[in-house]
Amino acid sequence: MTLSFRRRAVNAVMLTLTGLCTVFVAGILFVILGYLAWNGARSLSIDFFTKLPVPIGQTGGGMANAIVGSAKVLLVALLMGVPIGFLGGVYLAEFGQSAFSSVVRYVTDLLNGVPSIVIGIFAYAVVVKQIGFSTLAGGFALGIMMIPIALRTTEEFLRAVPVSLREGSMALGASKTRTIFAIVIPAAKSGILSGLMLNLARVAGETAPLLFTSFGSPYWSYGWLQPTATLPVMIYTYAISPYEDWHRQAWAAGFVLLTLVLAVNVAARFAIGRSASHR
Amino acid sequence: MATAPATLPRPHSFAQRLRAGDSIAYTITFAASATIILITGLLAYYLWTGSALTRQRFGWNFIFTSTWDPVAGQFGALPFIYGTLVTSFLALLIAVPTGLGAAIFLAELAPRRLSDALTFMIELLAAVPSVIYGLLGIFLLVPLLQSKVVPALQAVFGFLPIFSGTFHGVSLFSAGLVLAIMIVPFIISVSREILLAVPNDQREAALALGATKWESTWKVVVPYAMRGILGSVFLALARALGETMAVTMVIGNTPRIQASLLSPGYSIAAVIANEFTEATNDFYLQALVELGLVLFALTVVLNGLARLLILTTGGGVKRR
Amino acid sequence: MTTVTPTMFTPAPPANESKPQEHSEIKIRTEDLSFYYGSFKALHEITLEILERRITALIGPSGCGKSTFLRALNRISETIRNTHIEGRITLDDADILKMDVTALRRRVGMVFQRPNPFPKSIFDNVAYGVRVNGLGDRGSLKEIVERSLHRAALWDEVKDKLHHSALELSGGQQQRLCIARALAIDPEVLLLDEPCSALDPIATAKIEDLLFNLKDQCTIVIVTHNMQQAARVADFTGFFLMGRLIEFDRTEVMFKKPSKKETEDYITGRFG
Repeated sequence: MTLSFRRRAVNAVMLTLTGLCTVFVAGILFVILGYLAWNGARSLSIDFFTKLPVPIGQTGGGMANAIVGSAKVLLVALLMGVPIGFLGGVYLAEFGQSAFSSVVRYVTDLLNGVPSIVIGIFAYAVVVKQIGFSTLAGGFALGIMMIPIALRTTEEFLRAVPVSLREGSMALGASKTRTIFAIVIPAAKSGILSGLMLNLARVAGETAPLLFTSFGSPYWSYGWLQPTATLPVMIYTYAISPYEDWHRQAWAAGFVLLTLVLAVNVAARFAIGRSASHR
Repeated sequence: MATAPATLPRPHSFAQRLRAGDSIAYTITFAASATIILITGLLAYYLWTGSALTRQRFGWNFIFTSTWDPVAGQFGALPFIYGTLVTSFLALLIAVPTGLGAAIFLAELAPRRLSDALTFMIELLAAVPSVIYGLLGIFLLVPLLQSKVVPALQAVFGFLPIFSGTFHGVSLFSAGLVLAIMIVPFIISVSREILLAVPNDQREAALALGATKWESTWKVVVPYAMRGILGSVFLALARALGETMAVTMVIGNTPRIQASLLSPGYSIAAVIANEFTEATNDFYLQALVELGLVLFALTVVLNGLARLLILTTGGGVKRR
Repeated sequence: MTTVTPTMFTPAPPANESKPQEHSEIKIRTEDLSFYYGSFKALHEITLEILERRITALIGPSGCGKSTFLRALNRISETIRNTHIEGRITLDDADILKMDVTALRRRVGMVFQRPNPFPKSIFDNVAYGVRVNGLGDRGSLKEIVERSLHRAALWDEVKDKLHHSALELSGGQQQRLCIARALAIDPEVLLLDEPCSALDPIATAKIEDLLFNLKDQCTIVIVTHNMQQAARVADFTGFFLMGRLIEFDRTEVMFKKPSKKETEDYITGRFG
């Protein structure tokens, strides 16, 4: 009976421990959200969204230029990374069964695993050395980071479209291309779009590749060829500064960034879940 | 058009297929795929040629010496490699047991709905940007360690070299902890999928032999999924090695090799982040690019290993 | 197991035929048609003739090749990799393997086993083939859609919700929508691959009625699992077994006095 008791005790203890691990990790999310909300909401004001940063030593000001800068960098990234990733995904799902496509898959996984700081070095070499620190250079770096995920999600959602729909279209005399663009892609649209949103949310928080591409700036950045402030880089510079007021603003920026990122994540995941259960 | 998409003994002329638009679509999407290979190739090429000067000058000494003096033009990356490895392994030490435990709970014990809800939350944790982890690291974790955790730790384990010395907050230890928190969601979500893919008859067979729930999980299910779990650990390690912002903010940025985990250190990614815009001459810049090359090589190897392990388990991570 | 000689199914009406049979042309002819998935030979030298404006049923146990045969007739089989066809298939005496595949599929429509409406509106589903093939302008498109839905006996049920999603329809309605979609481009031949296997008996009866009405407009080839269905709707029936055509004849001959033992075994086995 003692052996059996020991086994039952081990069973109970270990199972409880696994539950505690889960509660602990899930709890971190609440700590992060709670702490950011508490510090961030306190520091947030209308000025944050409308004013430029003030010089060192003064208090007040905001990050209007960084918000706009982030949006512009993301727009460039979107225009650069998504078409390549999307078309590559179409290739893998619809045309690719050759040796070439397994090379593409492998290289895409590899690119996805490259640390973001290394992507930054590459963008520096390719873009910054030619045209200097700029919105364009930052967008280029983030664009490269978007390619692998855009490709993978596109491929995955296209493959989830039933073969019967393709056959139905081809049987009506539609060409393969027509079938892909008129039937398959529209059928996978909501999944692909949700994947795109997740992808954007992911690179929106990227900091490392922007440090030496879009750099930073306390002013408005006009056009696409000037250095620009971005929210993540601002959070970084303000957080490691020695000024109390900058810390306050870093919290505010962190709160705004995290709220945006998590909101997009929740929305996109629900959309994917819903479209998956419809099938 | 050597490898055309369709597969027919074809009497069709090229013009016919062109009219249908198929070969245009094929060419465009093929070109996009080729672009990805081109970009990755260029990336590797640039890291290689962009560090030619320092590679020729220092050879393997770049990796095995520890003097990093940009003014004197002396570059040894050992302190950064040391810091990167120590923090990453510390992170694994904490994150693997925790993550595996949570994955077991989510896959084996929790009812499906609870499991899905918790997994949803844990995956949100993976979406939190690294700079936010850094922010919380500086202002929440480090003060907490300084005031509560480390004094208690030193009171008990202070005699060990790895917990000796004075603690200033920023340190290898802090960086390892932050990294652990950052990679744990990843280990959980991948391992959970792999555990869920273990066929049910494995569990039933063990339970039918009188094993407890824990015994069936630990002695049957987990070993069955071992390769996949190991794959997830490699992927997590690759992430930890390349993680930049959060580490930079809490590691202390001091290029020295010290036994104590409580002393400040430096990591490869952090030194690139800090010094890249300050690199005043080409040689200095090349040294930093070479650090990028080291990081790139490490992640390529780890991703390759992980891919091998996860793909051969058949527990599809890609295919849900 | 021998292949059937072509002479067996020349369309000469038997003397005891009660209804006078008007003259009918051969619409589709296959000669020594073999089909391969990779190196696996799924069809063995099938030779048969399908008559214009008749319903031809293909029966046989699953995996016997009847669907493979049907899918070769509009070359939808080509969408699967590593397959190839040997032998000849002609449509009105023209070799379909030499035809432009989209032109072929415009003339030979197909309805699949499971209803596969596109995730679009009912209207857009029916209009799809018309648009793809560039037939009909905006004005005539509406007429074509209405006429096709009438022909598929679906108009009354959907006329008020043409712009609702096709996925809102019931299974039987979806299948009739797929038939309407195929009819919209006025195919000369309509291939149906077990169209009722996913449907309940009432929906099945509706589709069978529909086939009777379509018969004077186009040639119909239907693959079915269900021998009663073949007996009810088909003028001619072919029996497939293990990739070979065992017997092909008028339906009543096939079911009353088949000449091959395999056919009889299959039919009696199923009926008894």
